[in-house]
Amino acid sequence: MQGMKKLGVGAVAWFLSLSAHADYTWNFPEPVTPMALDTLHVHNKFMLITAVIFVVVLAIMIYSIVTHRHSKGYKPVADNPPSTAVEIFWTLIPFAILLLIDFVIMGIPAYHSVVMMEDTRDQSTMVIKITGSQWRWQYEYLDGDAKGIKFVSNLATTNGQMHNEEDKGEHYLLEVDNPLVLPVGEKVRILMTASDVLHNWWVPQFGSSRVAVPGFIRETWVQVEKPGVYRGQCKELCGKGHGYMPVVVNAVSKEEFAQWANKKQDEQKAANDVKEMTKDELVAQGKVVYEKNCAVCHQVTGAGLPPAFPALTGSKIATGAIFGSDGKYQKDSHLDRVLNGKGVMPAWKATLNDTEIAAVITYERNALGNAAAVDAVLQPAQVKAARE
Amino acid sequence: MSTTSVAHHDEHQDHPTGIMRWLTTTNHKDIGTMYLTFSLIMFLVGGSMILGIRAELFKPGLQLMNPEFFNQLIGVHALIMIFAALMPAATGFANWMLPLQIGAPDMALPRLNNWGFWILPPSAILLTLPFTLALFGVGDGALATGWTFYPPLSVQGGIGVDFAIFAVHLLGISSVLGSINIIVTIYNMRAPGMTLMKMPMFAWGWLITAFLLIATIPVLAGAVTMLLTDRHFGTHFFDAAGGGDPIMFQHLFWFFGHPEVYILLLPVWGFIPQILQTFSRKPMYGYKAQVYSLWAIGALAVVVWAHHFFTAGMPVPALLYFMYSTMAISLPLAVLFYCWIRTMWKGSMSFETPMLFTVGWIILFGVGGLTGLVLADVAADAQYHNSYFVVAHFHYTLFAGGIMGIMAGVYYWLPKMTGHMYNEKLGKLHFWLTAISFNVTFIPQFFVGLAGMPRRIPDYALQFAEFNMISSIGAFALGLSQLLFVYIIISCVKGGKKASDRVWEGAQGLEWTLPSPPPYHSFTEQPVVK
Ligand code: HEM
Ligand SMILES: [Cu+2]
Repeated sequence: MQGMKKLGVGAVAWFLSLSAHADYTWNFPEPVTPMALDTLHVHNKFMLITAVIFVVVLAIMIYSIVTHRHSKGYKPVADNPPSTAVEIFWTLIPFAILLLIDFVIMGIPAYHSVVMMEDTRDQSTMVIKITGSQWRWQYEYLDGDAKGIKFVSNLATTNGQMHNEEDKGEHYLLEVDNPLVLPVGEKVRILMTASDVLHNWWVPQFGSSRVAVPGFIRETWVQVEKPGVYRGQCKELCGKGHGYMPVVVNAVSKEEFAQWANKKQDEQKAANDVKEMTKDELVAQGKVVYEKNCAVCHQVTGAGLPPAFPALTGSKIATGAIFGSDGKYQKDSHLDRVLNGKGVMPAWKATLNDTEIAAVITYERNALGNAAAVDAVLQPAQVKAARE
Repeated sequence: MSTTSVAHHDEHQDHPTGIMRWLTTTNHKDIGTMYLTFSLIMFLVGGSMILGIRAELFKPGLQLMNPEFFNQLIGVHALIMIFAALMPAATGFANWMLPLQIGAPDMALPRLNNWGFWILPPSAILLTLPFTLALFGVGDGALATGWTFYPPLSVQGGIGVDFAIFAVHLLGISSVLGSINIIVTIYNMRAPGMTLMKMPMFAWGWLITAFLLIATIPVLAGAVTMLLTDRHFGTHFFDAAGGGDPIMFQHLFWFFGHPEVYILLLPVWGFIPQILQTFSRKPMYGYKAQVYSLWAIGALAVVVWAHHFFTAGMPVPALLYFMYSTMAISLPLAVLFYCWIRTMWKGSMSFETPMLFTVGWIILFGVGGLTGLVLADVAADAQYHNSYFVVAHFHYTLFAGGIMGIMAGVYYWLPKMTGHMYNEKLGKLHFWLTAISFNVTFIPQFFVGLAGMPRRIPDYALQFAEFNMISSIGAFALGLSQLLFVYIIISCVKGGKKASDRVWEGAQGLEWTLPSPPPYHSFTEQPVVK
């Protein structure tokens, strides 16, 4: 009996906390898009309805449990056999109540939410493409001020923090090197795809979540109404790095967005101009690229996690020739593998620029316990040529 | 329903003894016992796996295992709990009780019955073997895709996926064999006078389950076979590059997977009203309404599958259809709840352990059902989907609605099966420990889910820390409480107060007309139902 009461009290507390709209720690985080706001309203309303049903039914049960007891000498009433007509009438009552709740009280707002959620084009002013891959998000702006900007967004939390060797930062696991930047107040249409397995791009405060399917395009939209930094995660099991695929969105004013876009475009241009670089420069930059992109699987030391993720240290590919006697890069060479991938190893062609690819390959061939005898240095120009 | 002329003889003890009795047995009670024992063992195995997970999630950071192993534990935990713990438990009861309840001497196809059971242990071994193989450097462990096998992740996976596919094939064959046997038994072996509409509710629950199994298991078998050929024989069913579609797998999987949820629960919905009427000392309310509701739920179960992947992208009409059809399931379910509570209403209730579990079951399963209703809403589901909210929801249906229902059944029939009363005090203690620690485990998961914690992640942001810690403490308490359950069962099998034939004052049904334990060949003379 005590336990029953506890349950009842718990249910009421639950119910109260849900209706306390000011406090979101027990509920969805504060919504910042029309979609999320609508979702929160729908959720609160439905939770309220279900909580009321729960409490009413529980109360009836508890009353019955307390009064209709064998130990109190309560004699069972003979409500059997009821006439079929009575039985049908009484069982149709809960049926009718639920019919009303499901398809009118809950069903109509649910309909409007669905229509709103799926309307990705009406009044949208900007289109971006999001690609999920193991285990990072890639963003590309397809039109507007930021057209042509394209970058990869990686987890920025350190390994030391994850293994409890360093103190964890405030945004542990929810921080990235390159956040997605969006202008406040604009409806942004999002095209979503993936390069390897299913992923799901999710920011709780936006209310939108969509699966990224390799080989297909899916759509959704966001319209952030309040400047700020919003954080979310991949929520479709996508392999061992699934927990390490955060989404960070920086929502800024339109002016700031335009400034950011200009700066980013200039940077990107500069990065795409291929310059001759020294081995040391390449190795230094390559180390950064490696630790960001490659270390998840091949480990910081290059030891890999065989058999799924081969070691780079001493690997035939990472120490063998890249170019054949005809000057063209060979199949299954180091450059081929990085550009085009194979099996679980992703293709980096679209994700990294010429300089980054040249740098990371030069790094892998000269560090991680390797000292390649042939083709020890790869120049960005050679990567550029290989792409053609 | 009343019974006349029941006779039994105990002199036909011409069966093998010792280990051969169990290996070769075709006796429904022996096979039922084996199913139930197997189920209990696998429940503990699947439970220990999740305690590893909950230990890892006790605080932020990686402490015990790498993410790959974490993913393996999650997937295997689910497959074991569903296929090797919950389903065999229901089948065990079917074997034990259906013949007794419908007045049959045994199941209709006893040899098939033996096969149905003996396929199970090898498949359980197949599921867990990759863990052991990995220790010896063979392969990279069990399947790490979650129990849903979604490609392309499962196409990438190692030998664990192949082992799991074969295990699922075997488990599926076992279920289909069991189902055929149950359907044939129910249709052909009922005592004279027992029309379908006089049949015990448990038989109805199982009959519908059996049809669902036969309808959906072959689809699952097909889907995982297609996966196998994608993995090894160059087909591209689920690969866009070859003209396939990964989402097609989800359609096939959930065409099985959603009815599966009802497959797990329908047998329980069958015997819960029987327990209720026993301890309310009053016939169950709305027998016919319940039968029709069970059929309605069975029918709806096969037409709502896509609500498991609303966020995968679907045309608006499809979203609306799957939303409204899913909500429709709450209608027959409401009728069932109404009948259960109406059965208690103005009864003369007493609260022995089976009744405690049953009442607790109604409340907790109610939470599962109501949170399921809100999940049907497409817009809100974008938030809930793949978050811990869903994990909490389906544990309210599968653990509370499934396992705790089974526990009610165990306490209800244990005296009948063993001939001894279990320890009532310990039984009640087991109920309270289970119910409380269950809530401590899963209520916090609703809140971390709402706040935005995705499921299937080995580590989480700091804001989720407190709730996860509470949840882990609850899980360990829940796990430990089950050792008490094992102890109660073992001591009841070994001895205890002699159980009478009827066992419970208000018990109704043919099984209570036999001695406890029933003789080896249950009814040697057919009972007649008037
Ligand atoms: C001691 C009791 C149990 C505890 C503490 C427990 C806990 C958990 C946890 C923590 C997860 C992982 C959630 C995630 O990260 O996605 C999980 C997954 C799951 N559990 Fe349980 N569980 C228990 C019993 C059961 C039972 C009895 C069943 C079903 C009959 C079950 C079915 C599942 C399923 C289907 C999954 C999903 C696995 C997946 O993501 O593929 N669990 N459980
Ligand atoms: Cu992902």
